[in-house]
Amino acid sequence: MALVEIRELTKGYYRDSQRIPVLEGVDLTVERGQFLALMGPSGSGKTTLLNVLAGLDSPESGSVTVDGEDITAMASKKLAAWRARHIGFVFQFYNLLPVLSAFQNVELPLLLTNLSKKERKEHVLTALGVVGLAERADHFPGQLSGGEQQRVGIARAVVSDPTIILADEPTGDLDAGSAEEILTLLERLNREFGKTIVMVTHDARAAERAQVVVHLDKGVLTV
Amino acid sequence: MSYARLVLANLGRNKRRTVLTVLSVAVAFFLFATLRSVVTALDAVAEVGSESRLVVTHASGITFLLPQSHAPRLAAVDGVDGVTWANWFGGVYIDTRNFFAQFAIDAESYLPMYPEILVPEDQLQAFMAERTAALVGSGLMERFGWQLGQTITLQGTYLPGDWEFTIRAVYTPDDPSFGDEMFHFHYDYLYERSNRQMSPGWFVLQLDDPDAAARLSQEVDALFENSTAPTKTETERAFQTSFVTMWGNVGALVQAIGTAVFFAILFVAANTMMMAARERIGEVAVMKTLGFQDRALFGIVLAEAVGICLVGGAVGLALARATLGSARLIQSILPGFTIGIDTVTTGIGLAALLGVLTGLIPALQASRLSVVEALRRVA
Repeated sequence: MALVEIRELTKGYYRDSQRIPVLEGVDLTVERGQFLALMGPSGSGKTTLLNVLAGLDSPESGSVTVDGEDITAMASKKLAAWRARHIGFVFQFYNLLPVLSAFQNVELPLLLTNLSKKERKEHVLTALGVVGLAERADHFPGQLSGGEQQRVGIARAVVSDPTIILADEPTGDLDAGSAEEILTLLERLNREFGKTIVMVTHDARAAERAQVVVHLDKGVLTV
Repeated sequence: MSYARLVLANLGRNKRRTVLTVLSVAVAFFLFATLRSVVTALDAVAEVGSESRLVVTHASGITFLLPQSHAPRLAAVDGVDGVTWANWFGGVYIDTRNFFAQFAIDAESYLPMYPEILVPEDQLQAFMAERTAALVGSGLMERFGWQLGQTITLQGTYLPGDWEFTIRAVYTPDDPSFGDEMFHFHYDYLYERSNRQMSPGWFVLQLDDPDAAARLSQEVDALFENSTAPTKTETERAFQTSFVTMWGNVGALVQAIGTAVFFAILFVAANTMMMAARERIGEVAVMKTLGFQDRALFGIVLAEAVGICLVGGAVGLALARATLGSARLIQSILPGFTIGIDTVTTGIGLAALLGVLTGLIPALQASRLSVVEALRRVA
């Protein structure tokens, strides 16, 4: 059953008056519970596609339907609320807030829910437990290694139990050992917890972990 | 964690910068409290003057003396209920820094005209009975640790020499703004020690009817218009006001300085807030990606600015109240000077306003931030 349906998606950027095409009539379907890797060289439009799918960027034309909702028609306020409920985002550079502990970073998305303090604590400890960092909950990002920070980033992405996890080059800033751990973790989230994952990567070894690999080149998608 | 905890965590990001910003705001509000209290005290000094008393000075200025012979002519003016006179005595007590107001008064006529000066009856009698006696304000007694019966020496300035006085009476004012740091002694003592060269510096007239003040002022001045000592007559309140404004329009000057300081701090604090916000563009973008609404981020950034300004304002106002609220030196110059609750509440309100003004631009920038652009910049 399709969770994400992208149809005829077109997006370009303007430099002065010149249009630079990024996505040209992209069609993509992501099934519920699927782990999909989106590959392509730098500048191929991978991150732009991911941003459109996350509701962070808007297309020029085409539609993006997630779980039956066309997000391209949503206003920014509604889109932010939708993102909080449906999207878990994993960044290449972790993007943890340095002034917050691992626990507080993971708790951040839960501030947008109606959960009580006690419930939030349970969710956060569960998420940190899944990524194997429950005992580092009080540590700040500066006290964690790159791999550990990315695991906290993943815990933050899954803590609110989103519909889909979007990962933008999640291993791009990690050494081989840490990258392996992160990919194993994502794989586990997909297999054990049934999470739908769309991962952008230009690393073929990372893409091997996914069930489906699609290629994007010069704005055109090929399977 | 709550939004408040998030705001606090952000404030602790760069502790040195936060502390310095808080201190700069604190200094500004210390200054604000001081300047505003000076203006309030100046206004209060003018208010102390009575509308039912007229002050007659030389038309050429207060430094010119008036002849004693004016007294009976003033008393004869219809509507004048009483006449007294006084003179300024600029003596020095040990050091010129120990400044306080000293007046030579004709006590017999002066004190009944000033019910603001409250003196115990036995002390009043002792003061009246002795030529070198002094009537001293309770604040001045406390300031120098003087005792009743103590003899003190003032060094004369325009009348050189050592002038000895024995403190025979202590007064308390019926209103703090009247001042409790004045030193009174007998005019006769001044007159005799000056080899009968001195004459009154000013006369004070008690009126039957305060509404007649304007008419009587004109009558009095007309009476001496062609004499060797023409006069300038005005109500005591107007006299006090003109005395205060001898320094220029102090109130306007003080307010201008205060406004300039406020805007200087506004720009400094705004610049700091914008720098702090600019450093966190990536974090704001991340929070938006997580689903935080524009208005939530607007509120968080604004709350940080308001928080810094409120803490700084509170520190500055508290310091001013603690250190200047009871400063004798200031009160000796400006009776009634105090950092009042109204100054503190106004200050807190201004601090909140400062916070809103300084946080507005970075808060708007945070709320309007393009996530895609910001993430691209930090990637």
